[in-house]
Amino acid sequence: MNKPFAITLNVGSSLENKTGTWRTFRPVYTKRLSPCNNACPAGEDTQGWLFHAESGDYETAWRHLTQENPMPAVMGRVCYHPCEGACNRGKLDSAVGINSVERFLGDEAIKHGWKFAAPAKESGKRVMVVGAGPAGLSAAYQLRRMGHQVVIFEAGPMAGGMMRFGIPKYRLPREVLDAEVQRIVEMGVELKLNAKVDNILTTMKEDKFDAAFLAVGAHIAKRTAIPATESSRILDAVSVLRGMEGADKPMLGRRVVVYGGGNTAIDVARTAKRLGAEEAIIVYRRTREKMPAHDFEVEEALQEGVMVRWLSTIKQVGDGGSITVEKMELDESGKPVPTGEFDTLEADSVILALGQDVDLGLLDGVPDLTFQDGVVQVGDNMMTGYAGIFAGGDMVPSDRTVTVGVGHGKHAARHIDAWLRGSRYEEPGKAELANYEKLNPWYYTDADKTVRPMLDIIRRQSTFDEVQGGLNESNALFEARRCMSCGNCFECDNCYGVCPDNAVIKLGPGKKFEFNYEYCKGCGICAEECPCGAIKMESEAT
Amino acid sequence: MGFQPIKFYQTGTFTVGNRLLPPEQRSVQSGMERANALNSGHRACQGCGEALGARYAIDAAMNASGNKLIAVNATGCLEVFSTPYPETSWQIPWIHSLFGNAPAVATGVAAANRVRARKAGLPDSEVRVIAQGGDGSTTDIGLGCLSGMFERNDDVLYICYDNQAYMNTGVQRSSATPPAARTATTMPVGPEPGNTFGQGKNVPMIAMAHGIPYVATATVADLRDLEYKVTKAMSMRGARYIHIFVPCPLGWGSASNDTIKIARLAKETGLFPVFEAEYGEVVNVSKIRQRQPVEDYLRLQRRFAHLFGKKARLDVIERFQQMAEQNIRNFGLLADEKVTVGFRSSEHRK
Amino acid sequence: MLKQCEGSHAIAEAVALSRPEVVCAYPISPQTHIVEGVGELVKSGALKDCEFINVESEFAAMSVAIGSSAAGARTYTATASQGLLFMVEAIYNASGLGLPIVMTVANRALGAPINIWNDHSDSMSQRDCGWIQLFAETNQEAADLHIQAFKLGEELSLPVMVCMDGFILTHAYERVDIPEQEKVDAFLPPYSPRQVLDPTNPVSIGAMVGPEAFSEVRYLAHAKQMQAIELIPKISREFQDIFGRESGGLIRPYMLDDAETVVIALGSVLGTIKDTIDEMRADGISIGVLGITSFRPFPITAVRRALSHARRIVVLEKSFAVGIGGIVATDVRMALDGLDQRIYTVVAGLGGRNITRSSLHRVFRMAMHDQLEPLHFLDLEWSIINRELDRERATRRSGPIAENILRDVANAAKIG
Ligand SMILES: Cc1cc2nc3c(=O)[nH]c(=O)nc-3n(C[C@H](O)[C@H](O)[C@H](O)COP(=O)(O)OP(=O)(O)OC[C@H]3O[C@@H](n4cnc5c(N)ncnc54)[C@H](O)[C@@H]3O)c2cc1C
Ligand SMILES: Cc1ncc(C[n+]2csc(CCOP(=O)(O)OP(=O)(O)O)c2C)c(N)n1
Ligand code: SF4
Ligand code: SF4
Ligand code: SF4
Ligand SMILES: [Mg+2]
Repeated sequence: MNKPFAITLNVGSSLENKTGTWRTFRPVYTKRLSPCNNACPAGEDTQGWLFHAESGDYETAWRHLTQENPMPAVMGRVCYHPCEGACNRGKLDSAVGINSVERFLGDEAIKHGWKFAAPAKESGKRVMVVGAGPAGLSAAYQLRRMGHQVVIFEAGPMAGGMMRFGIPKYRLPREVLDAEVQRIVEMGVELKLNAKVDNILTTMKEDKFDAAFLAVGAHIAKRTAIPATESSRILDAVSVLRGMEGADKPMLGRRVVVYGGGNTAIDVARTAKRLGAEEAIIVYRRTREKMPAHDFEVEEALQEGVMVRWLSTIKQVGDGGSITVEKMELDESGKPVPTGEFDTLEADSVILALGQDVDLGLLDGVPDLTFQDGVVQVGDNMMTGYAGIFAGGDMVPSDRTVTVGVGHGKHAARHIDAWLRGSRYEEPGKAELANYEKLNPWYYTDADKTVRPMLDIIRRQSTFDEVQGGLNESNALFEARRCMSCGNCFECDNCYGVCPDNAVIKLGPGKKFEFNYEYCKGCGICAEECPCGAIKMESEAT
Repeated sequence: MGFQPIKFYQTGTFTVGNRLLPPEQRSVQSGMERANALNSGHRACQGCGEALGARYAIDAAMNASGNKLIAVNATGCLEVFSTPYPETSWQIPWIHSLFGNAPAVATGVAAANRVRARKAGLPDSEVRVIAQGGDGSTTDIGLGCLSGMFERNDDVLYICYDNQAYMNTGVQRSSATPPAARTATTMPVGPEPGNTFGQGKNVPMIAMAHGIPYVATATVADLRDLEYKVTKAMSMRGARYIHIFVPCPLGWGSASNDTIKIARLAKETGLFPVFEAEYGEVVNVSKIRQRQPVEDYLRLQRRFAHLFGKKARLDVIERFQQMAEQNIRNFGLLADEKVTVGFRSSEHRK
Repeated sequence: MLKQCEGSHAIAEAVALSRPEVVCAYPISPQTHIVEGVGELVKSGALKDCEFINVESEFAAMSVAIGSSAAGARTYTATASQGLLFMVEAIYNASGLGLPIVMTVANRALGAPINIWNDHSDSMSQRDCGWIQLFAETNQEAADLHIQAFKLGEELSLPVMVCMDGFILTHAYERVDIPEQEKVDAFLPPYSPRQVLDPTNPVSIGAMVGPEAFSEVRYLAHAKQMQAIELIPKISREFQDIFGRESGGLIRPYMLDDAETVVIALGSVLGTIKDTIDEMRADGISIGVLGITSFRPFPITAVRRALSHARRIVVLEKSFAVGIGGIVATDVRMALDGLDQRIYTVVAGLGGRNITRSSLHRVFRMAMHDQLEPLHFLDLEWSIINRELDRERATRRSGPIAENILRDVANAAKIG
């Protein structure tokens, strides 16, 4: 066309005008640490695997998850999910049911028989792991992935540690545990059962191990001096629960008193109920608020008919099961103090759930170790004072949970691997936290948390069927999609859309975005409107 | 049925895109193949709501018309920042004639298209026409032409980008300027600082009074709603009007990154009711999702700065709140309220 | 086909024969009958494939025309007087954008005082708007000029105003030869625009142009009008070839060759002037007429050549520039720059005032004897003017001039 001069212009010619020169701040894509990831003791990339679960790609999600934790089906049942406590969504409506989705993924994996790949190449190094609890299994899994030869020595007849001999079946069905242990074994991890290690140095030497990871847990029940005429009526929780795994179930009688306020006390009281006890009474020194047990577990126990005597201590276990209980009160500092008021309870058995100590016998004779409060001291690299011997889980100072154990196992494995190669494993620096203030929560659709179905109360009291049901496909997907992807781009296209200058280039599905700094004027709308805080503005004046 | 929210997709209803949605349910703006009708290199200010709104709207219209679209632009910022010789940012056939005649020029374009279609034996033109202008050109100088275009029911979609003042000439008051706002011709001095209360006109309602097939309001804060409305408008024939709220960082004295936030607040406070009407009758309103006090909206803009600070004008802020309340009542902006304004559907026009 | 009809009707037919695709208009006397005619032809189906749009103002009329023309449709509108002023902004825009719209201006005076009768003030007010302005002497020529205007405008990408005297032509019943459609089609090809709004080949029309290119753009507008100077006679000849009649062109000389005194005028008054000159010639007076058909572009060279031998020139015009005098005369002076000729301006026929042969005889003879003042108002009623001027001198608040004069005229009638 013979267009009139100046008045009529060729389309799109403004690309000549590089408005990027106007900019004083530039947007930059960033990855921030989601609070859930930050809170996970096993160091799971929860946000990362939720991202895949959101699109229904459960296998990828599961594979992503199991890079950090080989037992999501277990974890999805027993983890106390600190991730959810930290979840930003809790500030919007309620936290994402991360743990439920994790369980769903774990169960999917079992259902579909997804396996771990064997290592690509063998390192030629041999590492021994003592104890097949979560810490030991996690370390074995990670070490095997790195190509090391791993032998687990387990004193008991079956793997799982407290996951098997502590946590009751109604919370963790054993098929689930078995399946996840089996998958680790199938990677080529050697599991020696009924193989108690008495002296670590000897075993290492005899079997030519290059390093060892110890995770023997804490199995010796703590006792307290209660005057008792019939001490046979006094049992400890760990033995009772371990007894549940044998052929003959423990005989507890009609009226059971449990002494203690932790999760173990709750578990054992609920177990007693299921074994037929008409009364299961927990006696605890302080108030409900102060109870170390998780409140949801207390709630479930109460629903099942477990009773609790708050602010009470057992003074004496007398004849015929008459138990003397003293009432307590809290002083100003919140400590329970005796009131001198007494009461009696009738009990066929008294179960002490006062915590456990570690059996450190296998470390006898190992030089340069330090102990404190009955546990082994380890460095940041999980190594004990003796080079080549690492330790984790309940036997080292930390919270005693399955998840912490898994995290220890993973960390120890990374350090062992580096140590075996004569180097040091450097923890990658933590990204900036994607706290709630970094988000633009407007964009998230209002949606409440899907509550996992509960077995109805009656069935739950009398059977060891699993109490918490799982999510089905549709609500697992829904739950995953409630994740706000804190700090990490989830390809919502907002930045691409909201830029008044078309200065965001979309690279295609899964490939994210780039800024076109030739035209970006630095208005900052993209950063402001990124729902998840994955864009930051940086000054150009540097 | 109005805009269909997309549930259970993390952010389905509100973000631009969503990787989890099937492609046909995604927004036009999320597509790699979007028209970018208003391309990079334009000279709009940083964070310009008008530039954003124009691309949102025209891209949606391009999509709806199979890229058979002609745009007529009134004089104003949009025109000036997009087509200074020797560069144009437009990628579509586009014409600028005058400040006050865009609707009439569009009528002419539509008439030419119709004749061409008829000559080709088609019942109607496939090439569609949009006229667009700022609030000044729409509510003031061009209102006569706009009303004429409406009244004749010409096949034109008119889009007003409302930034509430004559921005291109340096922020003077228009009949869309809100009360109390500072502009270059309503300075914040004297006992009643800023623009006068009790003035201004409501062009969406005026448009509705013409009984035209479609009238809608939208903001740049809700892209999906905006695209839905443009797409719907493009599916209809006859005169259609969409009034888009577009914050202006320069004229309003707001931070360039707050453009969308301010638009969102305009809707959530109730100050800018978002609705659609067919043949004069309100058929759908966008409910307030997270109700906010007007103060949160006003505070972000220096044009209202004289209402805050040492000599805060709580009385004026309260009058704003009353305006919001009235909108909320009139349009039933809260969850279970009903619309009480508008006209009966103009059946004879259908 | 010869037809005894109203001028407006002839124009409507000529426009329809040109196959416009979009016609838009807003009513104003004396243009009304033209667009009513076209409207009826569209409505009846006689004029096919044409959109007739009743707009809400002249501003909208020209704006709609801008849109349809830019979108590639042959576009027509008509107006007069106040209507022309009401569309001024769009008039400049249409020419600036190079859109070949054809518009009839049924010439009428400009208010205030409002006056519906003929003079040329309206068209003359737009002499710098960038449009081509052609003035018709007769209804036949007016009809023919419309057909030529489309061809001319479209070849140049410029809008064309066909100016015809309101009432005197528009409302006069005369015999007009209405051309046949086939001939018009042969003369006027379908519109092929220089630029068009087309999704398959998008452009941005109407950019903002700054000091760096604005002068060039304006010069190019001028250059186009200069091209029109070549094109107008050519099209007129082509027209003559097909229709066998002389119409249009730049200028129309009459009894010019040996004339010592030459009268210059535009439009229908040329008829009266020619009659007067015939009578003066019969008396042996050396006088002739030069009609100017193309006022914009102003054919400087042709005018100069036509007038080179004349001793004096009388520009008789139906318009005047308040504060200076003649409008046409100024342009004529420009054409005659450096020649030693007397140039008189006679302002006549304002607001419909009758231009009689006897008055013309009187001024032409005064001119011949160089007794005419340089700026003469034909048949001015000096008694009224002097009375008003006196009144104004006496009292500052003497009231509105028009009303005062009307009162005076009425009183004079009573007395007389
Ligand atoms: C009743 C109860 C309920 C609990 N519920 C939960 C819960 O819901 N969620 C949660 O996160 N945590 C829970 N815990 C805590 C959690 O089970 C432990 O923190 C976790 O199992 C510790 O893991 P670990 O690998 O360190 O040791 P363990 O799980 O205790 O495993 C140690 C293993 O080492 C073996 N072993 C010991 N000595 C030797 C040796 N010398 N040679 C070879 N093998 C040896 C043991 O047989 C055992 O299998 C619960 C604990 C109890 C007691
Ligand atoms: C007839 C006419 N009057 C005045 C102007 C000056 N003018 C150009 S743009 C403009 C303001 C435009 O305001 P608006 O329509 O609200 O658009 P904005 O620039 O705010 O986007 C004005 C007053 C003009 N170009 N034409
Ligand atoms: S919303 Fe998602 S990413 Fe954010 S804390 Fe919760 S689970 Fe983690
Ligand atoms: S706005 Fe959306 S697409 Fe852009 S970085 Fe943030 S999450 Fe990713
Ligand atoms: S929205 Fe666009 S122009 Fe603004 S900072 Fe982001 S990329 Fe740059
Ligand atoms: Mg504006």
